[in-house]
Amino acid sequence: MASSLVSSPTSSFLRKIAFHKCKKQVSKKIVSVMAPQQSERKTYTTGSVKTGMTMTEKILARASEKQQLNPGDNVWVNVDILMTHDVCGPGSIGIFKKEFGEKAKVWDREKIVIIPDHYIFTSDERANRNVDILRDFCGEQNIKYFYDIKDLSNFKANPDYKGVCHVALAQEGHCRPGEVLLGTDSHTCTAGAFGQFATGIGNTDAGFVLGTGKVLLKVPPTLRFVMDGEMPHYLLAKDLILQIIGEISVAGATYKSMEFVGTTVESLNMEERMTLCNMVVEAGGKNGVVPADSTTFKYLEDKTSVPYEPVYSDAQASFLSEYRFDISKLEPLVAKPHSPDNRALARECKDVKIDRVYIGSCTGGKTEDFLAAAKVFLASGKKVKVPTFLVPATQKVWMDIYTLPVPGSGGKTCSQIFEEAGCDTPASPSCGACLGGPKDTYARMNEPKVCVSTTNRNFPGRMGHKEGQIYLASPYTAAASALTSYVTDPREFLC
Amino acid sequence: MSVSLSHVSYSATFTSSASKTTVPGPSLSPHSIKVPTFLPLTVKPLNSSFTPHGARAITIAPHATSTPSSIPSDTSTKTFHGLCYVVGDNIDTDQIIPAEYLTLVPSNPDEYEKLGSYALIGLPSSYATRFIEPNETKTKFSIVIGGANFGCGSSREHAPVALGAAGAKAVVAESYARIFFRNSVATGEVYPLESEVRICEECRTGDVVTIELGESRLINHTTGKEYKLKPIGDAGPVIEAGGIFAYARKTGMIPSQSK
Repeated sequence: MASSLVSSPTSSFLRKIAFHKCKKQVSKKIVSVMAPQQSERKTYTTGSVKTGMTMTEKILARASEKQQLNPGDNVWVNVDILMTHDVCGPGSIGIFKKEFGEKAKVWDREKIVIIPDHYIFTSDERANRNVDILRDFCGEQNIKYFYDIKDLSNFKANPDYKGVCHVALAQEGHCRPGEVLLGTDSHTCTAGAFGQFATGIGNTDAGFVLGTGKVLLKVPPTLRFVMDGEMPHYLLAKDLILQIIGEISVAGATYKSMEFVGTTVESLNMEERMTLCNMVVEAGGKNGVVPADSTTFKYLEDKTSVPYEPVYSDAQASFLSEYRFDISKLEPLVAKPHSPDNRALARECKDVKIDRVYIGSCTGGKTEDFLAAAKVFLASGKKVKVPTFLVPATQKVWMDIYTLPVPGSGGKTCSQIFEEAGCDTPASPSCGACLGGPKDTYARMNEPKVCVSTTNRNFPGRMGHKEGQIYLASPYTAAASALTSYVTDPREFLC
Repeated sequence: MSVSLSHVSYSATFTSSASKTTVPGPSLSPHSIKVPTFLPLTVKPLNSSFTPHGARAITIAPHATSTPSSIPSDTSTKTFHGLCYVVGDNIDTDQIIPAEYLTLVPSNPDEYEKLGSYALIGLPSSYATRFIEPNETKTKFSIVIGGANFGCGSSREHAPVALGAAGAKAVVAESYARIFFRNSVATGEVYPLESEVRICEECRTGDVVTIELGESRLINHTTGKEYKLKPIGDAGPVIEAGGIFAYARKTGMIPSQSK
């Protein structure tokens, strides 16, 4: 039964690849870094043998209390964590109350995490009101995890406030291997870095989960990405995922799971793994997973006391396709306007004049991302030539920027290095200008500018202005570009 | 539950005869929402690699009185007729409803209408004809015709909601991003139909079209051409009813609202 999975879908998949390739300009100079895509051909089974399952299939099997699942199965799944924020929370709450009743109670007050993060530091009345709606609901339902903010003029005056939801979920110990985490945000897939099934849903689905704790999901087939080799010192996880998206296109993983394995992946720390899984949705992916290992367990040690049980893909599991990378041949990349799959080598864009640099968001505003940017500024010793906006994802990240010593700097903190380089002062933690937001959002692009950004999408108007040009890049590349005022390969500074 | 996979489409044939009841535990809302169980049911393939949540006709066990045959299928005679608005590939959610308008809460009726007035306002200025005229709040184009990967980007439900609130009845695209497709069905705001060919290259904004849902056909009266669409399948009745909750009530899956 499972053997019928691989033949036809792959050829259709290949057709889709070919179709997308002929529509975009792929730089012919990119060194071939990937072995030809192969599909795993399952040897015939007698039918009575249990088929091996992938990580995603296993997680969903357990969550749906089934022994065996195959891609394509529709199953009711028990949800471990539901997350929502200030943009989609009020709508989800509205649906919950409308459908289950004004006096209805949520399915489990400890499994819902409500994190205001999108439009916080603004005078927009509706935005402010939306945080109030969350507060009222959390009070009425006695929601255990609500990271509230009341004093908008000083984020530090709000002890509960965290910031960007996906980073907060990780930092507060809500991500655990083997679990099912849903969120009303496309980048919920970030949590897959912890070896769990995590995906984004809309308000209506969220309203349903609020009432029942269950969701109907279709089991996705898995694409496997094997990355082996030592990570070059000028590359970051952002480069890896831009490479992949550029290869398979913005629809290459639609309805599929993306599994990241290999020695390179194993060498990544948790925040780098989060960056990898974060942009799974930019390839159309349903979810991304990285197998849990000692790095994961160490990270979780001081963050959660809830027991968890990791799962791993079986040796005989069926994958739709497998891609192999020779990491040593990869170079720093950008995604040019206006699509995350518009991949180009950073060094080939060195004549692109830029107006600003933005370092922030769930994708590129974590502690590791700022440490990386600081490394480049430190190596250069010079000042930035364009406005460089720094928006830490969460309060913890902000603290780290001001307290953690940067390796090789003689004890300087990121904040000191940023100040010496002439960057803007790190801003209040939130999603910030990654998605534009209300007009008074810090660093919003209100005029047509060219920006190198560590964020996740660059479709027209993404950061505010329709004619804005956004080059997605790693923190290394973003920092390097700030120093030259052109799109710049970080190897110019990192020796 | 054994499932056999057909060709790309991953349509599912449920062959389990024993109905497994997955009734949620005591933590459930007192309004007794019972989690549905699958009855043996063959689903028409949508020929996309996803059949969305709600596309199964599902009933409650054990005391369900509605059987598959009594589940209404109103899409057999449904037609849409009107002007079409043509867009390209990868129309992402920021173009459908820019993030700055996401402070509007869709479940609030006034803000729902306001959302509609901003539908597709994020399209670049290269789209000379706008989806909604500057001083208007509703669109005169009831059908949106798109290319590949329509609705990619964010999971924001505001996207299909804005289109529906603006007056669009259906989107006909070559393919969809999954969250947008799922949200369209769950909310019942627009029919997310799929074409077999790239009709976005053969139709022009302002063409008069008719969509015959039951026949899975789109007729462009301006050009005189007809196009086959992929059948909407079980997602049709869900959208027709007004979304998953409405559908569940209509078919007796969950009790009617009792305050």
